[in-house]
Amino acid sequence: MSDTKDMDRQQRINAYWNENNRLIISLLVIWFAVAYIPPLFINQLNQIRIVGFPLGYYFGSQFSLAVFVVLIFYYVYAMNKLDSKYHLKDK
Amino acid sequence: MAANEAIKLRNNRLAQYYGMFTVGLIVISLIMGALELVAGMPQAWIGWTFLMLTMGMYAFIGIMSRTKALDEYYVAGRNVPAIFNGMATGADWMSAASFISMAGTLYALGYDGLAYIMGWTGGYVLLALLFAPYIRKFGQYTIPDFVGTRYGGRWPRLVAAVSAIIVSLTYVTAQVVGVGIIMSRFIGVPYEWGVVIGLSGVLVCSFLGGMKAVTWTQVAQYIILIIAYLIPVTFLSLKLTGFPIPQFSYGVALQNITRLEGELKISSEAPARDGTGRIIQQGYVPAYNEGLSNAPAVTAVGQINSYFGTRFTPPAAQSIPNTTKPAEEIQPDWRGTPWNFLALTFCLMVGTAGLPHILIRFYTVPSVRESRMSVGWALFFIFLLYFTAPAYAAFARWEILQNVVGKEISSLPVWTQNWSKLGLITQRDYSTLEGRDIAKLPAWAAPQVTSGALVITDANGNGKIDVAGATFSESEVDGKKIGTFGELSGTAITKNSTDGILQFGELNIDADTIVLATPEIAGLPYTVAALVAAGGLAAALSTADGLLVVISSAIAHDFYFRIINPKASLNTRIWLGKSMLIVAAVIAALLALPRLALIAQMVAWAFSMAAASFFPVVLLGIFWKRCNGPGAIAGMVGGLSVTIFYMASNYLNPSFNVLGITHLASGIFGLPVNFLLCYIVSKLTAAPSQEVQDLVDHLRNPQLDDDLMTELAGTKGKVAAGAH
Repeated sequence: MSDTKDMDRQQRINAYWNENNRLIISLLVIWFAVAYIPPLFINQLNQIRIVGFPLGYYFGSQFSLAVFVVLIFYYVYAMNKLDSKYHLKDK
Repeated sequence: MAANEAIKLRNNRLAQYYGMFTVGLIVISLIMGALELVAGMPQAWIGWTFLMLTMGMYAFIGIMSRTKALDEYYVAGRNVPAIFNGMATGADWMSAASFISMAGTLYALGYDGLAYIMGWTGGYVLLALLFAPYIRKFGQYTIPDFVGTRYGGRWPRLVAAVSAIIVSLTYVTAQVVGVGIIMSRFIGVPYEWGVVIGLSGVLVCSFLGGMKAVTWTQVAQYIILIIAYLIPVTFLSLKLTGFPIPQFSYGVALQNITRLEGELKISSEAPARDGTGRIIQQGYVPAYNEGLSNAPAVTAVGQINSYFGTRFTPPAAQSIPNTTKPAEEIQPDWRGTPWNFLALTFCLMVGTAGLPHILIRFYTVPSVRESRMSVGWALFFIFLLYFTAPAYAAFARWEILQNVVGKEISSLPVWTQNWSKLGLITQRDYSTLEGRDIAKLPAWAAPQVTSGALVITDANGNGKIDVAGATFSESEVDGKKIGTFGELSGTAITKNSTDGILQFGELNIDADTIVLATPEIAGLPYTVAALVAAGGLAAALSTADGLLVVISSAIAHDFYFRIINPKASLNTRIWLGKSMLIVAAVIAALLALPRLALIAQMVAWAFSMAAASFFPVVLLGIFWKRCNGPGAIAGMVGGLSVTIFYMASNYLNPSFNVLGITHLASGIFGLPVNFLLCYIVSKLTAAPSQEVQDLVDHLRNPQLDDDLMTELAGTKGKVAAGAH
């Protein structure tokens, strides 16, 4: 990546925006996969049990929730980095 | 960096206050528990003490945060640190339904209920990634502000303000009902008084201090509700599994449920049904068992008719699958397919992200950076409760399969008897009708008499049902089996339904019972039950608070200031806001008095409506510059129309459905229509003005400039180029 200091303000915002969108899309793909794929295979997944939890049930009741929390905190971290990279950090 | 130091000091002080509050709450609970166990303090006193202490606390915070400054009144001065905004959002979000009823819903629905757990948490990912930072950057007061500024003109703002009011008013009514129920159950005051006491608590706080007081009260309410939610289930887990972390130990409960269901022959293939043919109980872990039914619509219409004296014709009761119909008439019931589950999860997620009372919480943080962080905290705090709810449900299910089902009704556990007396647990065995007045049949038996399935012959003319000592006999009339049991006869009378043993299908548990009865099941003192009641009250009041602010600001800010009188003084605006708060609270109380089932239904519909109206318009407003006013209006109107059409049709007549998707998930059809119409109409009409396009550019830049945004959003709307 070239040094963002050489870009003018609008260029920086545009580049920032594109990277922001790429980040959002990749996180949304994970979000979608975690929430909507396991329910399609629920009966197969429920054959597997982990400490008593049928796996399909576990995905719906715990795993997906935990992933959602992690996704948001990762987004916070990545965006803070992006803010600094394009010198758009809030004072 | 003096400003930073000051902020740090303030945050430390806030942390200290709330830390002290948490410790105080625990100490008081312990003292009350000790007084109850050692000194035998009466239950009513304990209930009252908790009520007075918590309500007093909310009033105290309200008085301390009283304000006349507009920014503080509408958006808490925009200086709420991320973690506290997270807690406030959590309390704002988690309503009476989340706290009291959700575990019960999971208990009844098993896997299918997880749509709510995933939907109401997954929505926060959308909120974080797509909305929160931009809403903060926009930095005004209401969501109609955003719609109005981004799409220009009065109409978009008006449509948005009306939708915000309708959604929030039904939602707040449901909270007020919750407050009344909790008060009447735990303090023993009449329901109506409960409503009044609860609402006055809400008003003291929001009237004096607006959003500022609401925010700081919500933080305290979050602390109460999460402690109250976690304690009973932790002890229940310890009692049943010997391990005090319920979130990890309920796997054992699930295992036992599967085993017991096998022994009791409860399965999804042959689910238990109530008197009307509606499925009420099925296997717990297997997925996608829910059939389609219009039973809620029949109940709702009947209730409205009896309360208001109207004469709407209720729809003919229909359940799919309907086992009484001949095989060739049976309609596809879509059980075993994931479509309804997926659609409902999606609508709940998208609807969550489109609810105005949650969106406005992100106006209250100091920066874009903090707004992102605060969604993270919000979801974490919500997660703590939602992650635990399935444990409540599983432990209750286990306990009931193990110790209640298949037992003689005369020797059920004490907690079952107690909640049966309150009418929250229904046992549909005809032997329980012994000695009842024929004129006062329980709600489950009365329709059977109307439909002819149950015939009562008062042989001795005493006006009561006599079945004591009777034996069951059966005869066949016209190919139908007619049972006779004492003074009862009819097709509903069978050997199983009269044997005095509680079968699984004969047991109905109100959704509220699970959380409320858990302290009793776990053998905890009444103090814990009172703490749970205080938690439920906190959940209901905090949500009501947030919603009342949305309603009052939609009227005072969007209607009056923005549309009718842009020259109104600050004082007028604040006073109008305060009086609207009271008006909205009174209307909500009046709507709550009849306790209509339709209200809860409307709250569930609010998610689909928000998904089909607000969500696409706000999203495109940020991410698609070319989107314009006509497009947004066409999208909102079209999306809402399709949603409401599907909703009403399926609600009244369940054989109207696509892939078995119920009215609760009707937003799945309106959402794409909204996007599509918005796209087509925007493309066919002129691009938005340069000013609006500049506004979108500003939104995408995370550096805060509230003055510039205010100017852009202001009625004048003229900005010099390069105003930075």
